[in-house]
Amino acid sequence: MAEDKESGENENILAIHRKITAAFEPFDYESKNTVDVREIGTIMYSLDCFPTQADIREFIAEVEENSSGTVHLDRFMPAMTKVLLENKFPPIPRSKIFQAFKVLDKEQRGFVEPEELTKFMMEEGEPFTQEEMDEMLTAHTNRKENVIYYDKLINKLTADAPK
Amino acid sequence: MGCGVSKSSQFNKHSRKAIRAAVLIQRWYRQYVARTEMRRRYTWHIFQSIEYSGEQAQIKLYNFLGYLMDNFTPSSTERNLISHIFRENDVCWDSEWERYFCYKNIEVPEVYSGPHLTFPLTVEQAVGLLEAFRSKKQLHSRYVLELLLETWKLLRMLPNINRISTCHSKEITICGDLHGQLEDLLLIFYKNGTPSLEKPYVFNGDFVDRGKDSIEILLILFSFMLVYPCDVYLNRGNHEDHIINLRYGFTKEVLTKYKIHGKRILKLLQKIFSWLPLATIIDQKVLVLHGGISDSTDLSVLTKVNRYNYVSALRPPKRRNHSSAGMSIDIDMDDDLWSTSKIYQRRASLTYPKPLGPRECFHNRSLQDFSTRIKANMENELEHSKRREVILAAALHRSQQDILSASTDSMNSDNAKDEWRQILDLLWSDPMNQDGCIPNEVRGGGCYWGPDVTEDFLNRHNMQLIIRSHECKQEGYEFCHNRKVLTLFSASNYYDVGSNRGAYVKLGPDLVPYVIQYQASSMTRELTARQSVGRTERSALKVLREQLFAHKSDLLCAFKKVDTKNAGLVSLIDWASAVESVMHLNLPWRMLRCQLVTCKSSDGMIDYYDWFNELAIKGPNTDHIDQSLLETLYRHRSTLETIFRIVDTDNSGFISMEDFRQTWKLLSVYLKMAITDEDICNLAETIDSNHDGSIDIDEFMEAFRLTDKKSRLERGRSMFMATTSDLTKLEGDPNV
Repeated sequence: MAEDKESGENENILAIHRKITAAFEPFDYESKNTVDVREIGTIMYSLDCFPTQADIREFIAEVEENSSGTVHLDRFMPAMTKVLLENKFPPIPRSKIFQAFKVLDKEQRGFVEPEELTKFMMEEGEPFTQEEMDEMLTAHTNRKENVIYYDKLINKLTADAPK
Repeated sequence: MGCGVSKSSQFNKHSRKAIRAAVLIQRWYRQYVARTEMRRRYTWHIFQSIEYSGEQAQIKLYNFLGYLMDNFTPSSTERNLISHIFRENDVCWDSEWERYFCYKNIEVPEVYSGPHLTFPLTVEQAVGLLEAFRSKKQLHSRYVLELLLETWKLLRMLPNINRISTCHSKEITICGDLHGQLEDLLLIFYKNGTPSLEKPYVFNGDFVDRGKDSIEILLILFSFMLVYPCDVYLNRGNHEDHIINLRYGFTKEVLTKYKIHGKRILKLLQKIFSWLPLATIIDQKVLVLHGGISDSTDLSVLTKVNRYNYVSALRPPKRRNHSSAGMSIDIDMDDDLWSTSKIYQRRASLTYPKPLGPRECFHNRSLQDFSTRIKANMENELEHSKRREVILAAALHRSQQDILSASTDSMNSDNAKDEWRQILDLLWSDPMNQDGCIPNEVRGGGCYWGPDVTEDFLNRHNMQLIIRSHECKQEGYEFCHNRKVLTLFSASNYYDVGSNRGAYVKLGPDLVPYVIQYQASSMTRELTARQSVGRTERSALKVLREQLFAHKSDLLCAFKKVDTKNAGLVSLIDWASAVESVMHLNLPWRMLRCQLVTCKSSDGMIDYYDWFNELAIKGPNTDHIDQSLLETLYRHRSTLETIFRIVDTDNSGFISMEDFRQTWKLLSVYLKMAITDEDICNLAETIDSNHDGSIDIDEFMEAFRLTDKKSRLERGRSMFMATTSDLTKLEGDPNV
């Protein structure tokens, strides 16, 4: 029945609102329902979204308070609700990541070397900062062989992924 | 611009494909990083919440015991059990002191293989001490006492606020909390060099508690201070306080390592702690102190206080009757009249004549809480309590002037209170982001102060920076208040292996702080911050599960309120709000749910009975003990152990059956819970297996799995059990 459907949808939206509030709160240090704009990316990620940097910038432009560097929940809520309802930034399937690494690993060796990866990550697409790069390399390079086995990496990181 | 070859010439052919691939990997990886960051934050939050609520619990306990002291007759058993921790043997005469702390008749046996000290101390001996401790040797109690006496003599000559300068291009090194972690101190000396004329140091408090080498750290710091009295400065921290030490492990450490003379050493340390300076000022511009400031902090007041009166910062100074030969009046006399006047005096020191802001209410509130508890539960004290009520009512009705005139003390009560509050703030406060100044209810002492208070304070005193410690920071340091406040923490891996770095600061004549970080690494290989999250997180969650289990009854109540159909199920949202309403830890429960509730839920509902089974902690020999009693024991194990240690006046590790019963009575009053005599007898029988009428405290705590052996051994200390418990099996060198 149409009514049921509607109330079902409303419940769904209510649940989404709660989820968004729960993700927002830990960053609202002064309990004023505002967060620093630089945390928006983290909040979106924690809601199981996978936006690109460009996506995040676009989103921020929509919700930021007059370049104040802060975002208020009143504006964040509707925008984020829309994102979640439309599933705008869905998770990336494992196979796609695998393909992406294969682009780099032209010889199909099953691994990439740190130098190659660094060049790739820091020059292409939405480049990593030095800090991001260092972190990735330190965490995931096989120490003995000094290479990165990307299928292991993918397995590890997707194992941590939200269910 | 130069050559027209693009940066991605390598990928020319597949450049668009490459870009897409790069973006994909980048956003995928960044999501992982963000999620890890979230986990790190709440893990940290878990540890910190539990740490601070432990401190708050200790303060509450102490306030409670203080209230008992004030309001029970001297002859009551309860009071006798605990009175000795309030007894301040403030004998003014040096000869009495020298007799009590005389080390001269302590012989050092030939078999002793540790360092021998001769005074005055030389730098070679100080360095020798370092090496000895590094090799796990222990200093003989004779030398400990001698060293402490020399230290005490030196400290008495120091002002409340040390003023030093970076003249001659000397860089001053400043270290934060060490908390008994010898490895970190050794690391700092290794990286930075030991203290010397060219290398002055300031140590900013909290040298003891939690870590297992607190006494060694003290001995090292004191010995370098004796060798270089103008180049080593120590500030008092909130853990340089015997009341706090009872709970957080230092007392136990000393008594275990020094079985014969431990008590004497602890008594001497009480005096030494009270003589530690309160703050250090560098070049008149940088203030270094342990906790922080408040909106009423006044350095001119602090310069003048008699700091030695504050043996514990948690208690206002005793009002002394100076008439009787310099001895403290705190002697037990079976005299109700005397106790009446004593009540007046103590009341006067704790009530506030003027209505001052919320902070006063905070302290008063804890007193009011207990008055009802005590009245309700101590039935056989009914007569006494009736009398007490009359006395108290009379005291309250009197005007402040009357009370003051009843006292022969010359100290102005206003000044005394103000002084006490200032010292409390100095040692316990934390900075906050909002403007203003509010009581620090999380810790239970001091206040939270805002950027406006910092600004005002610095302007008033013509200073530019406050360096403080007191809070653990992941990077070992953190700036706040517009870089005008620097928090410095020197105990790395504090919450758990890999949890945080330690840091120290070097300050040259330019007074620009230069921070050096490190991480003691005996148990870690080089991990990125994100990698260590997993390990620390597991640790935090384990502790959290234990806390949840310890509150099972309250949680059950809360769930039942929501579960109106009595189906044994609650929704995720209800689960989260119920848990927060019981635990008050302000954690993101919804996010933590999948880690804390692993039993399968149907349609997003949680079966809470199943969940409790998941959490249950079972101990040996506990099946016949009432489950709710077990839960009580578990939840309040730190408080219980603290009370045990207080009751164990000769520090033997054993208490008599009778005292054991009295302890329970105390605890039942404090917790507002009915623990029947029968329950206690059952418990006692389980423990006193040899029926000799005495209970081994450690055995008791272990029998109920109240201490977790495994985690202790892993870590060498267990903060959450609040005892340095791997020492229970360390017998201590009888030759020492």
